[in-house]
Amino acid sequence: MLGRTASSLFWMSRYHERAQNVTRLLEVGFRGAIISHAGQEDGNHWTFSLSCSGCEDDYSKKYDELNLRNVAAFMIFSKENSSSVRHCLELARNNARAVRTSITAELWEAINTTWIEFNDVNPQTITQERLPEFLAWVNQRAHLFRGALLNTVLRDDGYFFSQMGNFVERADNTARILNTQYWTLLPDSDIVDDGTMERYQWAAILRALSGRRSYRFAYPNARLKAFNIAEFLILRTEMPRSLAHCYDWIADTAEDLAQFYGSREPSLDLAASISRELSEKQMREIYRQGLHEFLTDFVGKNNQFAHQLCEDYNFA
Amino acid sequence: MADLRTFYNEMLDEDGGPRPPYATLAKWLEDKPSNFLTKKSRDAEMIFRRLGITFAVYGAEEATERLIPFDPIPRIISAPEWRRLSAGIDQRVRALNAFMHDIYHRQEILRAGRIPADLILQNEAFLPEMAGFTPARKVYAHIIGTDLVRVSENEFYVLEDNTRTPSGVSYMMENRETMMRLFPELFQTHRVSPVEQYPENLRQTLESVAPDPAKSTQTIVVLTPGIYNSAYFEHAFLADSMGVELVEGRDLFVDAGKVFMRTTREPKQVDVIYRRIDDAFLDPLTFNPDSMLGVPGLFDAYRAGNVTICNAPGTGIADDKAIYAYVPDIIEFYTGQKPILNNVPTWNCSRPDDLAYVLDNLEEIVVKEVHGSGGYGMLIGPTASKREIAEFRRILEANPSNYIAQPTLALSACPTHVASGVAPRHVDLRPFVLIGDQVRITPGGLTRVALKKGSLVVNSSQGGGTKDTWVLED
Repeated sequence: MLGRTASSLFWMSRYHERAQNVTRLLEVGFRGAIISHAGQEDGNHWTFSLSCSGCEDDYSKKYDELNLRNVAAFMIFSKENSSSVRHCLELARNNARAVRTSITAELWEAINTTWIEFNDVNPQTITQERLPEFLAWVNQRAHLFRGALLNTVLRDDGYFFSQMGNFVERADNTARILNTQYWTLLPDSDIVDDGTMERYQWAAILRALSGRRSYRFAYPNARLKAFNIAEFLILRTEMPRSLAHCYDWIADTAEDLAQFYGSREPSLDLAASISRELSEKQMREIYRQGLHEFLTDFVGKNNQFAHQLCEDYNFA
Repeated sequence: MADLRTFYNEMLDEDGGPRPPYATLAKWLEDKPSNFLTKKSRDAEMIFRRLGITFAVYGAEEATERLIPFDPIPRIISAPEWRRLSAGIDQRVRALNAFMHDIYHRQEILRAGRIPADLILQNEAFLPEMAGFTPARKVYAHIIGTDLVRVSENEFYVLEDNTRTPSGVSYMMENRETMMRLFPELFQTHRVSPVEQYPENLRQTLESVAPDPAKSTQTIVVLTPGIYNSAYFEHAFLADSMGVELVEGRDLFVDAGKVFMRTTREPKQVDVIYRRIDDAFLDPLTFNPDSMLGVPGLFDAYRAGNVTICNAPGTGIADDKAIYAYVPDIIEFYTGQKPILNNVPTWNCSRPDDLAYVLDNLEEIVVKEVHGSGGYGMLIGPTASKREIAEFRRILEANPSNYIAQPTLALSACPTHVASGVAPRHVDLRPFVLIGDQVRITPGGLTRVALKKGSLVVNSSQGGGTKDTWVLED
């Protein structure tokens, strides 16, 4: 397989995952905006969406006001915002197009149809009434992409690289959302009894990582609690967006790659060591080390892994 | 030359009855409700859009990927008609390859005075770097798309030979696939020669010209300029259907005179490159130093005989518009036979007598740029306005050697689905030819159709469409 092909499959998956993550952040912002109490500055909810996707600064350079129209224009349709849904879908498709010969017809049609239909949408028509439906559509298209990938793609090196892209992006997204909101997840936050602000933030974090309902199952008797939420999203492997789950998947894929090629590269050892570390960690230890420090360190290691992978397999 | 008003209708004869190859189709068309074709056209467009069968239009700001309009009514060619056409094409492509071998070696045809030496030696498309080098099997152009037009029952003319990197073959294949999905019943009532063997034939052709044909497996690649190229879909399609890698220049490198591709593991040596980039961009060390698309050192590896490039560099000389007028001489010189297919009489505007004639008859004739393609920068006298003609006269007089001119041919017309129903529209035909251990011509080709009433410009860049082309079996 060409190094460039490996790279395109990796990025195709990464950008698709990113498009879906940005969409979920918008859903959370939208929900907050419509249920906010009278008199409360509803711009706060959009700030959550913008800061978690890392584009708050770019937004404020372009717009003075925080409102649905501007945020939707910037986070969904903007050609300048490199993490807009549009930009992610376009890059995902360009990468897929560059390796059309290495992906299945089903996968290509899923990606291509999403892009075609997305482009047919006139941004002016996405008003407050239509936004939820539109975001749900993007979300479903992203699920279709992943479904087509899991169900039709041959389990060879191409598949392994696409999984790496998917889970490196997901781990990065989870860690960044947690890190942006880390102060609401400190154990002290629990003391502020019934702090409405915290409750809102916790629910938003869980929703942004599609964990609102599954949290109830993982902690049947517990109300929302900072300690549990942090544990759920960092260490619980059964949560599909937790850091531990992402690195479980990455470490397994690393083993698959080693077997496929018959040799071990440094990136594979790095994946195994990050995964092991997460599986041995306790939440108390992370708090002792400092949640913010831990997350910052993790984002760095995740990046380092991605770089090493590119280097080991000649990504162009 | 026939009058434009009396063009040859391929389906209907002078009395309005169907010609034999179209008999069944004409009846079928008559029986269908009026909105039937409109619905089928929409279905076809959906298929093309979802599969991403698109091409890029240069100079268009938005929507760089467009669909080529697809006409759902097939164009039909009978078995005897096809036999004559393919014999003519076979003769022509063999002669053109012999011609290239000659002008890059002993230049007998120049010594014999059959072509003015300057026309070759001063031609931009002539690559001195190729002199003295003999490619495998002496084949230069392995893939050729011969553009033909029909003007009467038995008269076909060759418009262009396309010996560089002809495109459109993916449309030939996808049009057929689409027709089989839309109208399975028509394939039960017609014995249509298949075209699906093309990728396999292409692969055989490429393997047969590998530097070491004895090797058990040949590593073949398709070299593309990338996803923004107008024919990118086709590049991916061909690589996919041959089961070979689709590479860009940056995926390849030259080491110790051999070409390798960068894989996720060890570099892999490449034997044959089917390149879909122009000569100038192949190798920045030998040709255009600014090229970002090429592979430094590729040409030296080629000359060292370690890799085969298809088509060979320098094949542009065989389809140069200034050389075109001499192709009948070329055929006679190398085959000793009369040409089977006609050449369109051509005036070379660099010759004062020819230029004078052209300037006097601009309203009647077609003028083309010598190095132009895609229907850009040309004048079709009979359909141009007075202002367009005056404007073109100025451009032509300023730089006459940049132009050739030909009589306006009354292109044949085929039944085509239009807003008002079914109407005749002018067509051309590009069959695809492969030259390696043998000459393989796929029965069929790409029929391009001018969708506007009376228009003679079939180029997709100018709004033309395509049709499936059926060669009937005996």
